[in-house]
Amino acid sequence: MEKFTTLTSTAIPLDIANVDTDQIIPARFLKATDKQGFGDNVFRDWRYNEDHSENKTFILNNPDYSGSILVAGDNFGCGSSREHAAWALVGYGFKVIVSSFFADIFKGNALNNGLLPVQVSEDFLAQLMTIVQQNPETKLHVNLDLQTIGIEDSISEQFEIDPYKKTCLINGYDDIDYLLSKKELIEAFEATKSY
Amino acid sequence: MGKTLFDKVWDAHVVDSIENGPQVLYIDKHLIHEVTSPQAFNELRDRQIPVFRPNQIVATADHNTPTLNQHLPVKDPLSRHQLEQLSKNCKEHHITLYGLGHKYNGIVHVMAPELGITQPGMTLVCGDSHTSTHGAFGSIAFGIGTSQVAQVFASQCLLITKPKSLRVTVNGKLKNGVLPKDVILYIISKLGTNSGTGYFCEYAGDVFKHMSMEGRMTVCNMSIEMGARGGMIAPDETTYTYIKGREFAPEGDEFDKKMAYWKTLATDSDARFDKEYVFDAEDIEPMITYGTNPGMGIKISESIPKDSDVSSEKALKYMDFTAGEHLIGQQINYVFIGSCTNSRIEDFRVAANYIKGKQKAENVTAWLVPGSKQVEAQIIEEGLKTIFDAAGFELRQPGCSACLAMNDDKIPQGEYCVSTSNRNFEGRQGQGSRTLLASPLVAAATAVAGKIVDITKHEEALEIV
Repeated sequence: MEKFTTLTSTAIPLDIANVDTDQIIPARFLKATDKQGFGDNVFRDWRYNEDHSENKTFILNNPDYSGSILVAGDNFGCGSSREHAAWALVGYGFKVIVSSFFADIFKGNALNNGLLPVQVSEDFLAQLMTIVQQNPETKLHVNLDLQTIGIEDSISEQFEIDPYKKTCLINGYDDIDYLLSKKELIEAFEATKSY
Repeated sequence: MGKTLFDKVWDAHVVDSIENGPQVLYIDKHLIHEVTSPQAFNELRDRQIPVFRPNQIVATADHNTPTLNQHLPVKDPLSRHQLEQLSKNCKEHHITLYGLGHKYNGIVHVMAPELGITQPGMTLVCGDSHTSTHGAFGSIAFGIGTSQVAQVFASQCLLITKPKSLRVTVNGKLKNGVLPKDVILYIISKLGTNSGTGYFCEYAGDVFKHMSMEGRMTVCNMSIEMGARGGMIAPDETTYTYIKGREFAPEGDEFDKKMAYWKTLATDSDARFDKEYVFDAEDIEPMITYGTNPGMGIKISESIPKDSDVSSEKALKYMDFTAGEHLIGQQINYVFIGSCTNSRIEDFRVAANYIKGKQKAENVTAWLVPGSKQVEAQIIEEGLKTIFDAAGFELRQPGCSACLAMNDDKIPQGEYCVSTSNRNFEGRQGQGSRTLLASPLVAAATAVAGKIVDITKHEEALEIV
């Protein structure tokens, strides 16, 4: 897994709440057996019209906005457990998603793919959304070590992250490495389990 | 202080704990399907590690399978490739696969319980968010991502932080015509789609005590739609009777021994939950959704609420509905009875009882998709197929089908579908499709009328369930 420490980037403001994983990557694109190419279809049905032309009103198609941070509405990533949603966002080039609330399974999937979910307060999200919408050039700073997100000489907030997951991201470790190191303990558990 | 059902099962499965971090949780059963497993098998291959406990894994093909002509090669090359990949992976790693056409094939959350694979006190995972279904048996069951599928392949464990506990109690007696689906749609409409995030939910009270296993599965299935990773119901006589005699259920003394353990699992009277909600059964009526998330549900006779936030407006625009409008009388051209929420034998019995002697409206395309080969066989055996055929309903072959429209079973652009599935997200049943979630009874009544009807006014309909 790719390491994550700090990031400075412009952001794309997606001011929609309850973005479900069916919107991030519709089911008809889940037929691949590898992790490649999902970025091409991220938010497919919002990005493209029925006739496959670009939907100019959708924020990802607005040339003013770019960057590897997505600032999204409340309850991001609800619905299906498909990790393809995380692969699609990473494939498109996102490294950080900011929201006031993340669905459980999506949050885990993101962390397992080096995509950092930054959960901020509702007030901070509202301010951030407005600033980024008004000035697409705004640069956001994310520091995982200090657990901060902010704009220089402007707003800033601390965010929470599981300390274990933080260590994994900073060092590029993943859970399989850890679990494999516990094999003896797992076998001992199997031999003596109480149920 | 006493322990909850969830605590008891969870604590019995903790292998190790990381200080200030997650725990290593042992997984008893791992269910897999064609869509979320291939990349996990690749991961193992890349790292050159074997599947640790292949005997604890069961595979089925369901998400991406056709519901017609299953004996013929799958037409879509990408779907075919994905199914072939599953067969190849299972063979290579010695994993039991109930593939397309097998007598045990079916939707993962229908076939595993009906084979007795799902049992109380277990931990069970699958790369599918509706794994919460299996909690109906008093097991800890939840959906995982593909990286976690690889973790369980490699170690039969997951690194996971223990969720908080939530209890939803519904006491009293349900009115006639109110089905388990209405109960869960009602709960989600009251609590919203993220009230359960970070929690594991136990359902308690009279209503769940008197509910069949099929009904309990419908309820637990949709726990994830309020954000909860899983839902659970304490095992009782209904649970034991359901499990006994099934293909993979324990037998003889072993069953009695297990049952004695299962009986210790119920939440202690002095246990405390992090959050509690209590509802009254009498307040629940047949439900229907009007928006683009499962929390946007109303009693079928109510009008669409006048919420003024941006997301509600966006949802109503997508659905082409107006706030304040009633759904009764709305023309519907598609009806889908199926999915891991409502494709068990009981669901088809309810539909058949209503449909018997009636005809499907001409404007309606009505698909009935059983959850498994066994349900399909039972539909035929009980004579329900004859009723469906006579009424113009189309009984198809098992699979996830139009719930997520990965196969050819898609609802066309702009069309409304009254569906017994679990998600009404934009485009969920096909690009531009508009889903209204409801019970099998409401779905059957819609198909007969060709429009949404107030089922509470149909006395004869209410008596059959």
